[in-house]
Amino acid sequence: MNDLLFNVGYGHFLALAALLFLIGMAGVIIRRNALIMLMSVELMLNAANITLLTFSRMWGDEGALSAHTFALIVIGVAAAEASVGLAIVVAVFRGRRNVDVDKLTTLRH
Amino acid sequence: MIPNLGGGFVLPLILGLPLLGAIFVMCTPKTEGPLQRGLGLAFSTITFLVSLAIFRYFNAADANMQLPFDAEWIPGLGAHFKMGIDGISIFLVLLTTFMMPITLLGTWKSIDKYPREFVAAMLVLETGMLGAFLATDLFLFYVSWEVMLIPMYLLIGIWGGQRRLYASIKFVIYTMVGSLLMLVAIFYVYVKGGQALGGYTTDLQHLAQVSYPWDGQVWCFGAFALAFAIKVPLFPLHTWLPDAHVEAPTAGSVILAGVLLKFGIYGFLRYAMPLFPHGALVWAPALAVLAVIGIIYGALVAFAQDDVKKIVAYSSVSHLGFCMLGVVALTTMGIEGSIYGMLSHGLTTGGLFLGIGVLYERRHTRRLAEYGGIWKQMPIFAGLYLIIVMGSAGLPALSGFVGEFFSIFGTFIAGDTFPANHPHFLPMVRLLAALAATGVILGAVYLLYMFHKVFFGKLDKAKNGKLPDLKPHELAVFVLLAAGILFGGLFPRPLLHAMEPAVDQFISDFNKHVDEPDCGAHLYTKGCGAAAAQAPVATTGGTP
Amino acid sequence: MDPQSLTFLGLPALLWIPLLPLLGAAFNLILGRYFSKATVGTIAIATVFGACVLAGILVFWGLFFHPASPEPDKVLPALWQTGGYTQTAWSWLEVGSFKAPLALHLDSLSAVMIMIITFVGTWIHIYSTGYMAGDPGYARYFGYLNLFTGAMLILVLAANLPVMFIGWEGVGLCSFLLIGFWYENDAYAYAGRKAFVVNRIGDFAFLLGMFLLFWAVKSLDFEQLKSLSNGAVYSASNWGPGHAQVWGHERLAAAGGILLFIGACGKSAQLPLFVWLPDAMAGPTPVSALIHAATMVTAGVYMVCRLSFLYSVSTTAMMVIATVGLLTALVAAFIAFAQTDLKKVLAYSTVSQLGFMFVAAGAGAFNAAIFHLGTHAFFKACLFLGAGSVMHGMEHGGSKTPGDITTMGGLRKHMPITRITFLISCLAISGIFPFAGFFSKDDILSGAWGTHPPGWPIWYGKILWGGLLIAALGTAFYMWRLYFLVFGGNERSEEAKHAHESPVSMTSALAILAFFATVIGFIGLPEAHVFEHLPKVFHALPTFLEPSLTHTWYVDAAHQPQIAGGFADGTLFTLMGVALAVGIVGIVAAYGLYGRGPSKTVDQLVDGPLHGAWEASKHKLWFDEVYDAIIIRPFKLLAKGLFEIVDRFIIDTVAVNGVAFVIGLFGRLARWFQNGQVQRYLAGLIVGAAAVFFVTDCHRHPTFDITRTGDTITLHAETGASVVGNGAKLHWHLDGSTDCAGEKARPADPPDLTVRAGDTGARVALCIDDPIERKMLVVSRAVPDVEVTP
Repeated sequence: MNDLLFNVGYGHFLALAALLFLIGMAGVIIRRNALIMLMSVELMLNAANITLLTFSRMWGDEGALSAHTFALIVIGVAAAEASVGLAIVVAVFRGRRNVDVDKLTTLRH
Repeated sequence: MIPNLGGGFVLPLILGLPLLGAIFVMCTPKTEGPLQRGLGLAFSTITFLVSLAIFRYFNAADANMQLPFDAEWIPGLGAHFKMGIDGISIFLVLLTTFMMPITLLGTWKSIDKYPREFVAAMLVLETGMLGAFLATDLFLFYVSWEVMLIPMYLLIGIWGGQRRLYASIKFVIYTMVGSLLMLVAIFYVYVKGGQALGGYTTDLQHLAQVSYPWDGQVWCFGAFALAFAIKVPLFPLHTWLPDAHVEAPTAGSVILAGVLLKFGIYGFLRYAMPLFPHGALVWAPALAVLAVIGIIYGALVAFAQDDVKKIVAYSSVSHLGFCMLGVVALTTMGIEGSIYGMLSHGLTTGGLFLGIGVLYERRHTRRLAEYGGIWKQMPIFAGLYLIIVMGSAGLPALSGFVGEFFSIFGTFIAGDTFPANHPHFLPMVRLLAALAATGVILGAVYLLYMFHKVFFGKLDKAKNGKLPDLKPHELAVFVLLAAGILFGGLFPRPLLHAMEPAVDQFISDFNKHVDEPDCGAHLYTKGCGAAAAQAPVATTGGTP
Repeated sequence: MDPQSLTFLGLPALLWIPLLPLLGAAFNLILGRYFSKATVGTIAIATVFGACVLAGILVFWGLFFHPASPEPDKVLPALWQTGGYTQTAWSWLEVGSFKAPLALHLDSLSAVMIMIITFVGTWIHIYSTGYMAGDPGYARYFGYLNLFTGAMLILVLAANLPVMFIGWEGVGLCSFLLIGFWYENDAYAYAGRKAFVVNRIGDFAFLLGMFLLFWAVKSLDFEQLKSLSNGAVYSASNWGPGHAQVWGHERLAAAGGILLFIGACGKSAQLPLFVWLPDAMAGPTPVSALIHAATMVTAGVYMVCRLSFLYSVSTTAMMVIATVGLLTALVAAFIAFAQTDLKKVLAYSTVSQLGFMFVAAGAGAFNAAIFHLGTHAFFKACLFLGAGSVMHGMEHGGSKTPGDITTMGGLRKHMPITRITFLISCLAISGIFPFAGFFSKDDILSGAWGTHPPGWPIWYGKILWGGLLIAALGTAFYMWRLYFLVFGGNERSEEAKHAHESPVSMTSALAILAFFATVIGFIGLPEAHVFEHLPKVFHALPTFLEPSLTHTWYVDAAHQPQIAGGFADGTLFTLMGVALAVGIVGIVAAYGLYGRGPSKTVDQLVDGPLHGAWEASKHKLWFDEVYDAIIIRPFKLLAKGLFEIVDRFIIDTVAVNGVAFVIGLFGRLARWFQNGQVQRYLAGLIVGAAAVFFVTDCHRHPTFDITRTGDTITLHAETGASVVGNGAKLHWHLDGSTDCAGEKARPADPPDLTVRAGDTGARVALCIDDPIERKMLVVSRAVPDVEVTP
């Protein structure tokens, strides 16, 4: 038990990433509010970042920093995506007073 | 006298002209109906006139592909843009170029919706049809074959009647089922042929020289036969036809019956049988039996209709049955009868549909019960229509007779010169011919029934009381068709004469293939080599 | 100049005979509506008359002006003696070795036919100008009539079977058009259709007969067929041995002959295909006279005579022809007894007379068949035209049913010319001396009496004779019943009282035809010794026809007996006497019963002992009803059934739409999922990814391979594809120890190791350090003793 709590290793990081990813996934699947869904997507992206860094460390890739670079790009893309996504959500909200994805069915018809 | 320019320009020209016309028409403003129709008529007429130049260069005594045109198309595939014309295709090409202006003229006023697109679709259709008739390359043929499909789909789907969507989708899916399997078979031929020839090509002339494995031939012929049998249409693959005809606008019906159906028979003659002679031997009895069933069945069912267009649609099933039978009989008479039958069917059935279009434009119904006594109102139309009906019923001295006569005759004498211990690959040819000949009776039954119900009887429906007789453009069309039918019945010899070398060549090639020493005359069994030097499998007609 | 090279405007002279009426038809049908009735009528008559003149020139030129035969003992000039000549217009049907040019052949047989057709045709055209004067379809009528004349001329002039078939079907078409001439009457139009379809049934057999002949003998040209007919062609050399066994020459000729004869049955209204002819009376009466009495319906007889060389090979076919002819003669005569429509009686009479001709042809008396054909053409045309005149008169009298003989009577007072000509024709058809029918009918009767083809029972000719005698008795009776009911007694209706004679254009034709019906018999006196010193003209017809017809049966090359009986004068005159007596008996009986209108005796007989027979006759032996029940209704039912059950249900609903339905079912399943909600897609994505993850190698546990080649052992670590991955540290324990406790500090071993057999223990173990779970995994495997390759 002690080992599990205090001797922190790769497994802990991966477990955290998995947890974050699951929370994000559940958010995207279950919630109907576009804003919350965007936030959940951010969570999933960050889970991916953690995984990247964990494995980078595990395989002894510290010198090359490629995973770190990749994670930074992901953060950058996530920021861009969030801004575009939020802009769309705001635009939709202005038009419809509503951001429930189930009701945004104009393109389906 | 036209200077002899070598003739190589004719085929690309007649292929390109309608396409050019279509592009031209699409560039005109949206609502200029008369202009667009005029352009369409002009382009198709010019195409027809140019196609007449084929005669200038065509040598009727030569069995080979003439006026060849060959251009590299997709070098990586070995696909060429290769065209040619011979005795089998020449009159079908002329039929196509002839029917198109006739159709456009005959249905001058019947399309109000999107006239620009309509004319363009017709012209693209003509290009596709001509491409498929002229191609001597499998790839070009397949592309043209599919190109025909789209405008026809649009013609039915956009300008059709009540159930046009159902009919057009049925038409497309039916055709696609066959043509996709054909595509698979084309792949097979391409690969196997490429291996045997030492280089991949889609050139029919080269591919036809290869002897494909027996199983492959049987399967591939089956695949080709399915595609073509659907097009013919052979019983029981015919049910798309009545629906397509009934829903299609007049122009669509005319072209569909007049030209498109011929691709079935033509495909057998040009592709399926030369490529897979052994496969043909295996399937021929089934095809012959289905053809005979189609003749009788089509006629019977035509008699049960109360819709004029359906009667004519089912009559096509019956008439094309004769053509199918003539082809699988594999005698000179049978095949020439079959080709002649196709030409005649193009004129007569095209005329029948145009006539229905004339009536429909005036009365907006196709139900037999709505007509009666029309002769009194439209005597000129009735007289001309009678010639067309009789041509279709196969009255001697009209064109329909020649085709029917020779298809049945060719079947009857098939295997004539066989030794007694070497039966023809078709069983009971004389019985088949006799059964097919009952179509002569049945043809009279349903055609006269239709003629009677429309033109005879009392003029007792109020709406029929004021029908105007033919307008000048309609009169021109019907006079041309009637003249063609009469001419075709009285002077068939020049046409038959021009077909003969190619047909003889076709038969002797077929026999040569079947008689190859390593793949002898085992007509129904798998395996080659045992009895090599047998008598030829098919005869060239009535030589004693 | 040779007639064979005679051309006009580049076309053979012979072709102009049919071409003239055809041109007239083209003019009248296309332009006739724009011209006056006088012009139309003139052109119609002129073209037929022109054909008549041309035919006359060609025939009599050959007969009289052509250089006489070099052999003085021959009666006929060489042109006719050698079987006439052929002129080819152009090459028509020609494929491979099959050749059927559009060729016409003039020999004595076709000469007789064209003379009858054009001559009778001209007079019927003239008559028609009066009869049809008030009809709005005047031009159309004459167009059809001209078209018919042209087609009929092609039929008889044809030099080969396919060309004959043009005429054969062409006259059928004209018959259809003319029967349904008054197309506004649905029943008339239906009668036309019926005629065409029934004819087509015959034509179907005709086609097959043609194919069979060509298949066997490789020619359809009459002259070639004829030259081949005796022996050579029916030998085995023409086809494979298998066929020769099936087709002995007799059987082949029988099959071909019977098939062609079925065609003749359709055209010439014989059992069982005669039902169309009575209905054909719907057409205008001159049409009935020309087509359905004088010319078209005799085409079958003509065809059989034309192919006499073929039929003489097969006595089976001949028996069929004679029997069918006899039955038809009897049945039609029986039906004629109780008919009350003027034209219907004449129609059945025609059927019956055609039966006579077929008996003659079947008995081998081709001469007699053609002779009767000729005389019949005159007297029956005259009868029909007379009937037309009567109906014309009755119509003027105000009758709505001008053909109903029950309303007539006493017309002799109002229509004297019609009455006289009708009387002459009735005498002729009853076979009363010296009218034409007497000689021709007697020729048939004696031909039947004396015939004995090889293979027939000896008494069969006598049966035919007896049967024909009964039919002749019937003929005399019903014809005179008709005559007395129409002209005899007193008027039975007001309309009859007001009837009056027809115009000159009509009566002149009647007079001419009646004249010929009187005298034409004298060109065919029988071959009796008494007549030997008479001028040749009394025996003109048989002499003239001789080269065109066959006079011997063919059994084999060595055995070809003569057809003709060759009677003693006594027998001949006895037969004549019997026939004459029978005719007179018939007339007397008719006079007794109908002389002054229908007598009480008739009513008593009809209500009493003869009730059943009367009903049967009146209802035409229920032929139409039976055909309706066994052919037409089942046919319609079959057509409807095939369409509804096979086409609509089995193919379209079950097969085509069934396939579409199954595919649609899958589609609907997919559609439930693909509903456009991103979340549902995502859930699917996750479930799918999980499934992929699950089935792929995440469960592959770490292990290693041992391969032994000789003494070399190769070890290869498989660390699994889970999170352990390829980066895990490995430690080999060659001694097989599974204790990995102290291994953490040591540097890792490579994943592949090659050692010698002696360096290992019985087992080898592998320690794997899992960096994520920080556990030591251990795998142990035995070292194989023998060589093992994976």
